[in-house]
Amino acid sequence: MRIRPGRVLIYLLLILAAAFYLMPVYILVATGLKSYAEVNLSTMWSLPSGFHLDSFSSAWLGDPSKGIQGLAGNFYNSLRLAIPATLISAMLGSLNGYVLSKWKFRGSNTVFLAILFGMFIPYQSILIPLVQALQGLSRITRPFLDGLAGWHVPAYFSWLPGLIAAYTPAYGTIGGLVLVHVVYGIPITTLIFRNYYAGIPDELVEAGKIDGAGFVGIYRHLLFPLSMPGFVVVLIWQFTSIWNEFLFAVVIANKAEVQPITVALNNLAGSFIVEWNVQMAGALLAALPTLVVYILLGRFFMRGLLAGSLKG
Amino acid sequence: MCNAEADVRRLDSDRLVAILFITPSILAILIFVYGFIGWTAWASMLKWNDMARIPGLKCCPLEGSLLPQVPFAKFDNYIRLLMTDQRFQTDMRNTAVFTVSFIILCLAIGLLLAILLDRRIRGEGLFRGIFLFPMAVSFIVTGVVWRWLLNPGSAASGSVGVNLLFERVGLDFLKSAWYTNPQVSFIPASSFVGKLLGDIGLGFISGPEFGIPLAILSVVLAATWQMSGYTMALYLAGLRAIPDELREAARVDGAGEFQIYRRIILPLLQPITLSAIIILGHISLKIFDLVSSMTGPGPAFATDVPAYYMFDTVFRGNHFARGAAIAIILLLSVAVLVIPYLVYSARTELNR
Repeated sequence: MRIRPGRVLIYLLLILAAAFYLMPVYILVATGLKSYAEVNLSTMWSLPSGFHLDSFSSAWLGDPSKGIQGLAGNFYNSLRLAIPATLISAMLGSLNGYVLSKWKFRGSNTVFLAILFGMFIPYQSILIPLVQALQGLSRITRPFLDGLAGWHVPAYFSWLPGLIAAYTPAYGTIGGLVLVHVVYGIPITTLIFRNYYAGIPDELVEAGKIDGAGFVGIYRHLLFPLSMPGFVVVLIWQFTSIWNEFLFAVVIANKAEVQPITVALNNLAGSFIVEWNVQMAGALLAALPTLVVYILLGRFFMRGLLAGSLKG
Repeated sequence: MCNAEADVRRLDSDRLVAILFITPSILAILIFVYGFIGWTAWASMLKWNDMARIPGLKCCPLEGSLLPQVPFAKFDNYIRLLMTDQRFQTDMRNTAVFTVSFIILCLAIGLLLAILLDRRIRGEGLFRGIFLFPMAVSFIVTGVVWRWLLNPGSAASGSVGVNLLFERVGLDFLKSAWYTNPQVSFIPASSFVGKLLGDIGLGFISGPEFGIPLAILSVVLAATWQMSGYTMALYLAGLRAIPDELREAARVDGAGEFQIYRRIILPLLQPITLSAIIILGHISLKIFDLVSSMTGPGPAFATDVPAYYMFDTVFRGNHFARGAAIAIILLLSVAVLVIPYLVYSARTELNR
């Protein structure tokens, strides 16, 4: 085949663009894998001499002698936050989408639009009352939590009071953040599921009705089993956005023990005593779960992205 | 045959169950979105700016009654922000520069990459994956990495990051102070264009208030790295939706490749450009995470934005009413962009 200059130019441009997008990844990986002795700003573009994990272990475990907190606990916090919040908001979005696509009522389109607007608001505009409401909730739940501390539980259930305390919705708990992410996740999850169910023929629901199935029965036996593609898109979307979220996390998770990884990474990077190779390793650790999801399930990720632009 | 009347009743009760299922979500949105916005709007009209810091609480000393007992200030907070608050005025300029340059860059790069990828490329999936993966990463990670990439270096360390790369390949003239550059480029009043503007009564434009703070362009670069792949994906989906027959027909009519793009493809992509502008625009108006992790307010507030100012003034300065007013201005600017789009999409989409 003859090589045409036009084709060469296209590939050249694409490769240049790919280099631009991959440049930060190169720096992250190359710096993360360097040994402490090799880390030098003037050689930041050169390859590491070998496979050194010093930076990663510093970022993960921290350095008590310097008072640097590792990210391990925060990574765990992000998991404890993102997994339940993702599952709950997907379930909620599925039910909302089912109602708004198959059980339309008078004004349901207006309701849908009103819900949708919540997706675009800058969260600064609800932040102050949100903090106050969560602090109010804390005052209500505090007596319960105090009582919880006095519980006598068998040794093999000793983890239970701590778990309940963590997930009690309040200011400065994982539960509080879960609540916030579930509520502000309603618009996008409802949108994706509504569009998804709109593609499932109404005749299916009609057939269910004729067979005597009600609202719940039709969902359980007909719609839900068909919902897996919708769930995959929503789960990926919600997990990614909750894992990556910063504003709610920095405002609501006021204690180090509950801070998600984005907040901890921001603190780590803002600290002058943390070496930059440790910062890079930390950034890679924070990015890893969503990157893995993207690499494995990129197809569905893409669909979520396009749903975000309303054209489902 | 079953009883038709019973069937109808059954349906009605099911309809009720359906509404019952969605009620919690509606209530949550009503309270957490609309109620809270109303509360913030109310708080923005109070003299609630000088509360003493409550000791012991690191970031959120809001504990107290839900509606604070403070005097009413009407629109004073807004007037102060818009008329006399220099930081806020700087922020508005920064947001305008950020939004315009971010949208233009994302659209241009996104469209170019989409057109290139649409030309039956080997390894298309791989390229697409590479262009799009930054979307999966947190703005915090992006900020941390780009802060090092665009670190201008110091006399002691010499050039680092991208500057070092430029030095190595002999492109020294591209070296820059990046986000530490305090310069604001603007049209000098004494220049030809400045004089011209002055003559037609637009002299106020020739000043730093309407200039481009160079530092913020570094943040724009990082944001473009993250979001241009998304624009590419939107455009690529649009290109794939254009039937090949259209291009064929144009070719038969003797149109060149360039003309096909200009006269046929680009006009057909216009709705996508509109969606992309709305999506990118509302992201850039709200941008907060990236600024926090990459630069903070920057030299002479050159990279400060309203969303950051709001956070700063509320959670570090306890100026609740001022923060609330900034938040409402931010909300209004997003609403102006988004609501017409939502209503338009609703008309065309919801009624199918």
